[in-house]
Amino acid sequence: MVTHDAAHDQHAQAPSGWLRAYVFSVDHKVIGLQYLMTSMLFLLAGFGLMLLMRWQLAFPGQPIPIIGKLLSPSLAPNGVMTGEFYNALGAMHGTIMVFLGIVPLAVGAFGNYVLPLQIGAPDMAFPRLNMMSYWLYLPGGLLMLSSFILPGGAAQSGWTSYPPLSIINPGQTVWLLAMVIIITSSLLGAINFLVTTLNMRARGMSLWRMPVFVWAQLVTSVLLLLAFPPLEAAAVLQFMDRVAGTSFYIPSDLVVLGLRHRASGGGQPLLWQHLFWFLAHPEVYVLVLPPMGIVAEIMAANTRKPLHGYKTIVLGMISVGVMSFVVWAHHMFISGMSPILSNFFLVTTMIISVPSVAILTCLIYSLRGGSIRFTTPMLFALAFLPMFGIGGLTGLPLGLTATDIYLHDTYYVIGHFHYVVVTGSIIGLMAGVYHWFPKWFGRKMDDRLGRIHFWGTLLSMNGVFFPMFIMGMAGVSRRLWDPTAQAHNLTTQHLNVVSTASAYLLLLFQAPFIYNFFHSIFKGQKSEENPWQATTLEWACPSPPPHGNFEKPPCVYREPYDYSPRGCERDYIPQNVEAA
Amino acid sequence: MAASAPQCAGSGVSNAKLGVWLFLASEVMLFATLFTTYLVLRLGSASWPRGWETLNVPLAMMNTFVLITSSVTMVLAYAKAVERDLAGFRKFMGITILLGFAFLAVKSVEYGTKFHHHHYPSTNIFFAIYFTMTGLHGLHVIGGIIVNSALYYLSGKEWDHPLFVGRVEGAGLYWHFVDIVWIFLFPALYLL
Ligand code: HEM
Ligand SMILES: [Cu+2]
Repeated sequence: MVTHDAAHDQHAQAPSGWLRAYVFSVDHKVIGLQYLMTSMLFLLAGFGLMLLMRWQLAFPGQPIPIIGKLLSPSLAPNGVMTGEFYNALGAMHGTIMVFLGIVPLAVGAFGNYVLPLQIGAPDMAFPRLNMMSYWLYLPGGLLMLSSFILPGGAAQSGWTSYPPLSIINPGQTVWLLAMVIIITSSLLGAINFLVTTLNMRARGMSLWRMPVFVWAQLVTSVLLLLAFPPLEAAAVLQFMDRVAGTSFYIPSDLVVLGLRHRASGGGQPLLWQHLFWFLAHPEVYVLVLPPMGIVAEIMAANTRKPLHGYKTIVLGMISVGVMSFVVWAHHMFISGMSPILSNFFLVTTMIISVPSVAILTCLIYSLRGGSIRFTTPMLFALAFLPMFGIGGLTGLPLGLTATDIYLHDTYYVIGHFHYVVVTGSIIGLMAGVYHWFPKWFGRKMDDRLGRIHFWGTLLSMNGVFFPMFIMGMAGVSRRLWDPTAQAHNLTTQHLNVVSTASAYLLLLFQAPFIYNFFHSIFKGQKSEENPWQATTLEWACPSPPPHGNFEKPPCVYREPYDYSPRGCERDYIPQNVEAA
Repeated sequence: MAASAPQCAGSGVSNAKLGVWLFLASEVMLFATLFTTYLVLRLGSASWPRGWETLNVPLAMMNTFVLITSSVTMVLAYAKAVERDLAGFRKFMGITILLGFAFLAVKSVEYGTKFHHHHYPSTNIFFAIYFTMTGLHGLHVIGGIIVNSALYYLSGKEWDHPLFVGRVEGAGLYWHFVDIVWIFLFPALYLL
């Protein structure tokens, strides 16, 4: 047996003292909940920024009601936001949602809490490193958010930070610093997840007995480990350009506002784009794979039958992970590239869609012949399938050079990836909250409020994002402060109003969720160890699990989803049960 | 499908060692990105100064020997830790740390003369990449010195800790990596 070093020497006894137990805890469950709360707050913050922008998009030039008066006149004179402020809001929205919202929620929260339980481990491999990840994430995130009030304001060059604009615009230095901190946090987390999954599995938990969710986290961690360092290096170079006056991304003889730029020049703006997308394409799988894993877990438990094609799903995830390193430049078809290269990236992009479709097909097929329980988490999981499907399929025209040349940088792109990350990832993550809530708090969330939340969220999300496809195809550009400034946008301006109204509805429909969440922590219906009659190991320990998780280390005897086995009176056999 | 006797699961490599290897994998990606940047910038430039014309090759050569020697002493320190010879471990770890400082000292002399001749990162794209890459490498050397010093200090209290030897091994892997990066940096910046 491998030595479970760190976990053992620190976990012999439960921590004493409030600070050790709740703030600087090394317990993966506490850290998971810290990530959960923090990342959901960041999601709300990123959403709030977007709600301000949505007002400007629907009613350009009209003062923002109520909040407009509170904003400083330099950002929004007379309550109407300036173009610079719009840009800052947009850049921060993208950055916060991706790096401070979804990734920490999907990996930091769900991965941290659920993964060690599902493999039957007492904790993560490196508990103290785990704590450090969170305590880098929080200050990094706060630094990012605080850039709004720092001199120079927030970054304005989009979450993609393309130079030379990002070298010239104010605010970018803080963005870079915060990013380096956040990346470091993710890297430490990825190492921890990998070592935990490889070394800390319970007896009998062979790789092919790991739940799909664990596989999803494993592939995700590899992506984080190998794709983030290039962005970190790229960020250091951009930082040098801003602070030390180097010209890595500044071409020779750059002219800004009629003046020759002071830098020595000789650099290459396109280099940043390559380095950025070398991370940022794998990053979209970081946003998507964990929710896919969550959905798979929920589908197995709520269809009461084994997943269709468990191995296909896992192999699909692995090949998506590997392929994701060779498709990045499909984001740069119109940045300037030789046709040979663009054909290469076109082909790889078409190939990578095959395993994704295979995974989705397996999940849809899993429904066949199941006796489906329409629980709240299952509703979200079911909605994930078609919604993520729309997101994926609308991506194909963006991977084909001919169509991308037209669609690039229009609202069609915004619609496409929000179908992936909002109606896909967020819906999947919400499913996970409802599914594992009883494990976290020993109580269930209310079903009726859950249903209101589900239907309201699903409908308003589609109301926000579907119009964007139509607007995009009509030629409306993204990152547009005033859509009415261009005559061809006027024909679709009413769709901006629909989208904005739906966004406010979406906010409204989160109220039942927030109430339900906090109310259920204290007053929810009590739940036993295994409320869903599920088979995976996290349901084999008390809810919530005590310090060290399992009373005695579990043993694993079977595949993860042994539902409705033949000749057995119960319709499921947990992984840690030896005989039927 | 059915139940079979559970066997232990695990990679067979200790947590600490696996962790260090994964960390090094991410470091490889970091420096690979910088070397790629170097190549892209160099191939995209109309002219590129010869390293030996602007940089001090003898000093850098000396630094290369300093680092290689320190890798050897690091291996010896690890060997002594395995043999449970505390005095020997301290001797070689001490030398490794001192050689790390020697490397930094030589590097700062080099930087100093560059600044004296008004060669800054902002001077041109060559000096930009020179200062950035050697600077980041220097930070890694400082990190290694900190880790090694911590182990030197802890060897008093934790010499018999079951994980101590593993930690020395991990620190050694890292130190060799820092050495290898320099072995690529040296020809790329000074010789080619
Ligand atoms: C749920 C509510 C959300 C709404 C209403 C929303 C809406 C929008 C809109 C309208 C834009 C385009 C702004 C422009 O081009 O000027 C945008 C951009 C963006 N959004 Fe969202 N979004 C939401 C959630 C998310 C989530 C969850 C993510 C990430 C995982 C995300 C990531 C991004 C990114 C990366 C951009 C591009 C920013 C840039 O251009 O730099 N959004 N969003
Ligand atoms: Cu992509």
